[in-house]
Amino acid sequence: MAEPGEGTEPGPEDPQDGRRDRGGEAAAAGITAGRHEARAGAGAAEAIRGRRAGVEPGAVRTRPRTLEEADQRLAEVGAGIALTELLAGFIGELRAAGLPVSLTENLDAMAALQHIPLEDRDAFKYALGATLVKNAAHWRVFETVFEVYFSLRGSEFALTDEQAEALAELEERMGEMPGQTGDRSGGGALGDDLTPQELAEMLMRALSQNNEAMLRALARQAVRRYAGMEPGRPVGGTYYLYRTLRNLDLEGVAEKLLQQAREQAPQPLTPLEERLERDEIEARIDRLRKEIEAEIRRRLVADRGVEAMARTLRKPLPEDVDFMHASREELAALRKAIYPLTRKLAVRLARKRRHGRRGPLDFRSTVRHSLSTGGVPIEPRFRYPRPSKPEIFVVADISGSVAAFARFTLHLVYAISNQFSKVRSFVFIDGIDEVTHLFERTEDIAEAVHRVNTEADVVWVDGHSDYGHAFEVFWQRWGKDIGPKTTVLLLGDARNNYHASQSWVLKEVQRRARHVYWLNPEPRSYWDTGDSIISEYATYCDGVFECRNLRQLERFVDNLV
Amino acid sequence: MTTAAQRDVHRFESVPAVREALAKVDYLADDGIAGIVYLADRLGKPVLVEGPAGTGKTQLAKSVAEITGSRLIRLQCYEGLDESKALYEWNYKKQLLRIQAERKDGATWEEVEDDIFSDDFLLTRPLLEAIRAEDPVVLLIDEVDRVEIETEALLLEVLSDFQVSIPELGTLTAKQVPLVFLTSNNTRELSEALKRRCLFLHLDYPDLEREREIVLAKVPGITEGLADQVARIVRSIRQLELKKPPSVSETLDWARTLLLLGVEQVDAAVATGTANILLKYQSDIAKATKELEQDASLGGEPAAGTSRPWQRNG
Repeated sequence: MAEPGEGTEPGPEDPQDGRRDRGGEAAAAGITAGRHEARAGAGAAEAIRGRRAGVEPGAVRTRPRTLEEADQRLAEVGAGIALTELLAGFIGELRAAGLPVSLTENLDAMAALQHIPLEDRDAFKYALGATLVKNAAHWRVFETVFEVYFSLRGSEFALTDEQAEALAELEERMGEMPGQTGDRSGGGALGDDLTPQELAEMLMRALSQNNEAMLRALARQAVRRYAGMEPGRPVGGTYYLYRTLRNLDLEGVAEKLLQQAREQAPQPLTPLEERLERDEIEARIDRLRKEIEAEIRRRLVADRGVEAMARTLRKPLPEDVDFMHASREELAALRKAIYPLTRKLAVRLARKRRHGRRGPLDFRSTVRHSLSTGGVPIEPRFRYPRPSKPEIFVVADISGSVAAFARFTLHLVYAISNQFSKVRSFVFIDGIDEVTHLFERTEDIAEAVHRVNTEADVVWVDGHSDYGHAFEVFWQRWGKDIGPKTTVLLLGDARNNYHASQSWVLKEVQRRARHVYWLNPEPRSYWDTGDSIISEYATYCDGVFECRNLRQLERFVDNLV
Repeated sequence: MTTAAQRDVHRFESVPAVREALAKVDYLADDGIAGIVYLADRLGKPVLVEGPAGTGKTQLAKSVAEITGSRLIRLQCYEGLDESKALYEWNYKKQLLRIQAERKDGATWEEVEDDIFSDDFLLTRPLLEAIRAEDPVVLLIDEVDRVEIETEALLLEVLSDFQVSIPELGTLTAKQVPLVFLTSNNTRELSEALKRRCLFLHLDYPDLEREREIVLAKVPGITEGLADQVARIVRSIRQLELKKPPSVSETLDWARTLLLLGVEQVDAAVATGTANILLKYQSDIAKATKELEQDASLGGEPAAGTSRPWQRNG
């Protein structure tokens, strides 16, 4: 399997660290070696098989004296080892990132690699992707880890022939920098003499011609020049990305390109054409940004090593992102994730309703079906059960820190509102307002949720959470609507800013309602610290749940119905 | 499984070969798609194709059947599908008749029993049919996410070992490993056991170039300029936050409509006038119309939640 056999270990005096230092290069060498062998028709897989069959065990067992020798040995025994080890590390990292990769899938990945040309990076990626990732939402994580593990090609990143040609061609056309074109060994050194203006101009040109090879080369050049990366500097990739992008001024470039498109058009652009042009430019710039990110990542990997880099880049899966600390980007990803999630939830709940329990015997249907068996009722038929649907009152705190959580919960509850006989929603900060009408008029939940934030009248005094006052008003105005069918959902962190708790309201509510649940987006360990008075309210709730991410929220809603 | 795979002659030479062959039947695959089809053939594993509706999941299976010259056997999944519809069923009516006929002849019980549980009385359903086929077949298990999670287990034996166990007859093993495609619209999470047995292919909306090529290939008579415009507008619309973004099949419908209407140049009026072909929800149409009519230079960012209230259903 993936573990190298005992005999192939280069020996005890070849320390793990030594190999880690050279880990990247060995890996790269492994892949390169694999390439040649693959061309010869054998491939890394052959090497693995050979190793398993114990080819030349004696030769392998003699201890290598130096690191170089060990490396050479490694290369001799085959790219397979480097590849299997690399793959094992890769899969370990995928698992650490939360992807469920099973042993069978690991073996499948190995088997798949035997059938594709290893020099084809895309094929390599798809082969691993198809065998290891079985959920589209996990693809991003896979891609990041893949980039980290398989992007390194030595300390300097040689341009491919195609890219070098593109650059050379460009330089020729611009009539500058004689003698630079032949310098392939430096790779990224191409274009070092360019002034910033020239670089910007080349960038414009590459973008307007949509020349991908050149964009890649320019991205490298930009990172080299602007990111200011130094070995061992303890800064994250985002910092370098920010520095590079600030210097490139991509927004200005986009504006210029749009202007250029306007000038080139035979007649003035219609708004629609302009919009399409803008989308196109944005798509190209986005591609450039990705190239730059990839380049920064490559360099960081070269600097810090694969494992360290993979650890820092590890990102939670969308369903594990914490509502309260999600970045803007993560929130956008969450918003995207919530729609398929609600759809799945709705389907599952509808099914559960139909199949969960059997209703009473359907005599008519049973007799009718017995006709095909000669009147013997072999298969009894049952009526569909019709359990009563609960009524839901959602009371949500929408003040700053917990607003995102309230939004997602409202979204989720409304998306499955057909599972409830009635949904009413109330939002509060220190005042409380009913927002049910916002959801009734529209079928676009996202927009309704958005309007909740802008239109609801929730500020009473100063716009700091006051659960006590909000509950009091809730009880006065809507308390009589709570009946024995009603389930009340309270959302918030119960941070009351040291106001009066008015927990008697919940006591009254609990007496009238079927259930009272509280969802708290804070980690359980923070409960009842500072001004959080969750346990005071919890006395009157049928359940208090920690609900920090989509996964927990989904589980709760699932159990609720 | 491995023995069966080794016995089998591989269907495809290389990834580019798959791609070219698919292109010949007007299925424009990217490298990922072609690569996974190729691997499915080499590894003898089923492919689980997942993605939004209308991105060509079912068509992929059909096209692969076409290029390999295989018969397509299709199992359409639905709620309540059971083994008598998916695997096999004993033809008990025929069995009853047989028993009655035998009674007159005075045959012994053992003879009758042996007799009624034989091939003659077996009704093969798609899965068993694919296993027993002599000629090359492609098995398509469509919308596998529609069956209940318990029913999925039915598929497991077929998918991993290409065999079906019938208690009365024993185990039937495939004579040749068929190419298997499972499609899923992702309305629920499939079980780990099923996923583990498959290669996974996520079919998303195509990028601009591929969509343009698809339009050109599938809509005869369309000009390149129009195809390009269609692809660009569809991409723009997909960037909005919609309930149901336009799928490839809807793009093609739209392109055909434009062609029929004799449109050569799509402007905002034409686009909004025919938006109901691309989009199927009133709220989506309203949003797209507003976005397309809006002067792009005024509002750069897509205004997700700032539109006016609209009337629905009168």
